[in-house]
Amino acid sequence: MPKTEEEKGFVDIIDGRYKPRGKFHIIEKNQPIFNKDTGKLAGVTNPRDMTYIHSYGGEAPFFEGIGKGKLLATRCDNPKCDSIGSIFEPFRIYCPDCLRKATIVDITEKARNTAKIHSFIITHRSGAFNTLPKPIKFINVEFDEEVVTILMSVLVVGEPEIGKRVVPIFRTKDPTYTIMDLMFVLEGTPESELPEGFTF
Amino acid sequence: MIKFSDKQLKIPEMSKPVYLATVGMSKFDRAFPETRTEELCIQALTAAADFVNMTPTELKSFIHTAYYGHFADHFGDQLLGEAVIHDRLGLDPLGTIGVKTGGATGGSTMWEAIKAVASGYSDCALALGWERMDEVPTDEGNHLISCAADKDWETPLGHIYTGYYAVMAQRYWQIFGKAEDSFRKTMAEIAVKNRGYARMNPHAHGPMKITVEDVINSPVVAYPLRVLDCCLMSVGSACGIVCDEKTAYEITDKPLRIWIGAGSHTLRVADRRDMKIPLLPNEEPGQYDNLGKRFPGGDRYPGFSSFLAARIAAYYAYNMTGVVDPSEDLDVVELHDAFTISDIQTYEDIGIRPYGDGRDYIESGDAYVINPNTNKPGKLPSNPCGGLIGCMHAVGATGLMQIAEIGYHIWNRWDEIHEPEEKWKAFSREKPIDWTSLQVKGAKRGLAISHAGVGSHVTCTILMDPNHLIKED
Ligand SMILES: [Zn+2]
Repeated sequence: MPKTEEEKGFVDIIDGRYKPRGKFHIIEKNQPIFNKDTGKLAGVTNPRDMTYIHSYGGEAPFFEGIGKGKLLATRCDNPKCDSIGSIFEPFRIYCPDCLRKATIVDITEKARNTAKIHSFIITHRSGAFNTLPKPIKFINVEFDEEVVTILMSVLVVGEPEIGKRVVPIFRTKDPTYTIMDLMFVLEGTPESELPEGFTF
Repeated sequence: MIKFSDKQLKIPEMSKPVYLATVGMSKFDRAFPETRTEELCIQALTAAADFVNMTPTELKSFIHTAYYGHFADHFGDQLLGEAVIHDRLGLDPLGTIGVKTGGATGGSTMWEAIKAVASGYSDCALALGWERMDEVPTDEGNHLISCAADKDWETPLGHIYTGYYAVMAQRYWQIFGKAEDSFRKTMAEIAVKNRGYARMNPHAHGPMKITVEDVINSPVVAYPLRVLDCCLMSVGSACGIVCDEKTAYEITDKPLRIWIGAGSHTLRVADRRDMKIPLLPNEEPGQYDNLGKRFPGGDRYPGFSSFLAARIAAYYAYNMTGVVDPSEDLDVVELHDAFTISDIQTYEDIGIRPYGDGRDYIESGDAYVINPNTNKPGKLPSNPCGGLIGCMHAVGATGLMQIAEIGYHIWNRWDEIHEPEEKWKAFSREKPIDWTSLQVKGAKRGLAISHAGVGSHVTCTILMDPNHLIKED
């Protein structure tokens, strides 16, 4: 059963501190566990309903960007670093080699023009809290050579194949501000086939 | 391209020899609804005492520090579970610490224990691990495991770890396996072998007498992986006790030498950057120059098809011990067969076969206790206990179970652990009428790989009979 507005927890930051409001947990009574064959007590259930508060820190621009249709990455611009020019997606706040703050760069166009499937897997299984339609088509996306990593995402329109060209789509209507706002479709997919709330 | 400095590639040194004195393990099963974790841990430690004809009290009197491997404490909803077990084992007020490195937790726990002995801090240390994944429904368990991936970039995608992992299997399958039926069959042979070996192991939770066809026809989990390609999810405990030379010989007259190398690689597979293949002692510079030609798409290293952490762990461990060619220098191995395909990838990472040729280790029959092609002893039997596919994967205990199993072979006491009718009865398991000894005859040296998830942590443990060292101290 989805929670009502009164049952949800919200957080703001005011004067540099988290200010929670609403409900962060709902208490539910535990239940005994009996062995049906022996009639003896074996244990108890421990129901738990919690909401975590999580900071994106320096990655926040990425998660805000995808909700606005922008794919942001970072690049090491340190002339003294061997990795100068390397673009990281997943976004890394600091260059892993020189540990200097990396520069935020917009790779939306690069992704549109060069993204292709490096590997993929189709699975009918998921864990609790999954919201993706099944089967889930996981893909790993490689970009051009400047991007030294291989981003994990999901393909939501089309069948995956190694080497196939894909383009990013963004949940610009009611973004969740999570990685779920970025997905991919095969190149050439018409806008009309995109999932609800997504745009190119 | 990432590079390593000479200092980072230094061969690890231990300031004194370390010995494995005894080992033990509990029964393994999918669930123990009427058994607390501490009962399983006590079973493992008591078995270790029995193994050297001591009472638990006598054995405990040697222990100076304790290292506990328990990966997923969010499953049991008990933080500091290590302190609970330490108390229940009656080991207070000794110094203790918990170790968590995913699937490699067991190996990493022993890594900590041997360093305590090698440094002189302790003359005798306990490494004990366990896991308990039966106390939440399966879909919540999947979610909890997916939290071992990157929580912002991966976990929200399906809350299913297999999805983040199996993309590597896909890449290996298509590029190195060429998606051939013959390669599919070789993968299946691993599942048949390991589940079959598990039939001879009373501790094992997944024994099965199956055929290649059974594996190939089992339900798809994530193509090309099918249900019977995947490891078990188990509950249980295993332990080992390591000592300096003097203490080891006070506990037993046949301790084994032990070394461990450890490596790591990105938690997110996405972050893997290209690099040159680090070479093992049995490889030559330039030998992989044509890898991309033989296997188009296979020139990216480690890419998605190799585990850098396993390679680095083997690099440290082989160079510490003088192992040049594992097939020649070792007699038995226990590998982390989380999936049939990752088992093949590991053969290459640890140099049993060169990159690209992993499948040959199975196809040649070398990986069997008795080579099915020749009916003679296999060159380097792997996973006679049944491995993770047939015996168990109780995460924090797995690496320690593997070390124990290698020990049993070198001690030539494998039958004593796996044969007795009383043990089968005590575990409420039926001993097969065709029970066969899988003792690797004359084993003097062995290896165990403990591996986390997508390869974020790997340990390579080497055990040797002290009279059959390769390299003098
Ligand atoms: Zn840099």
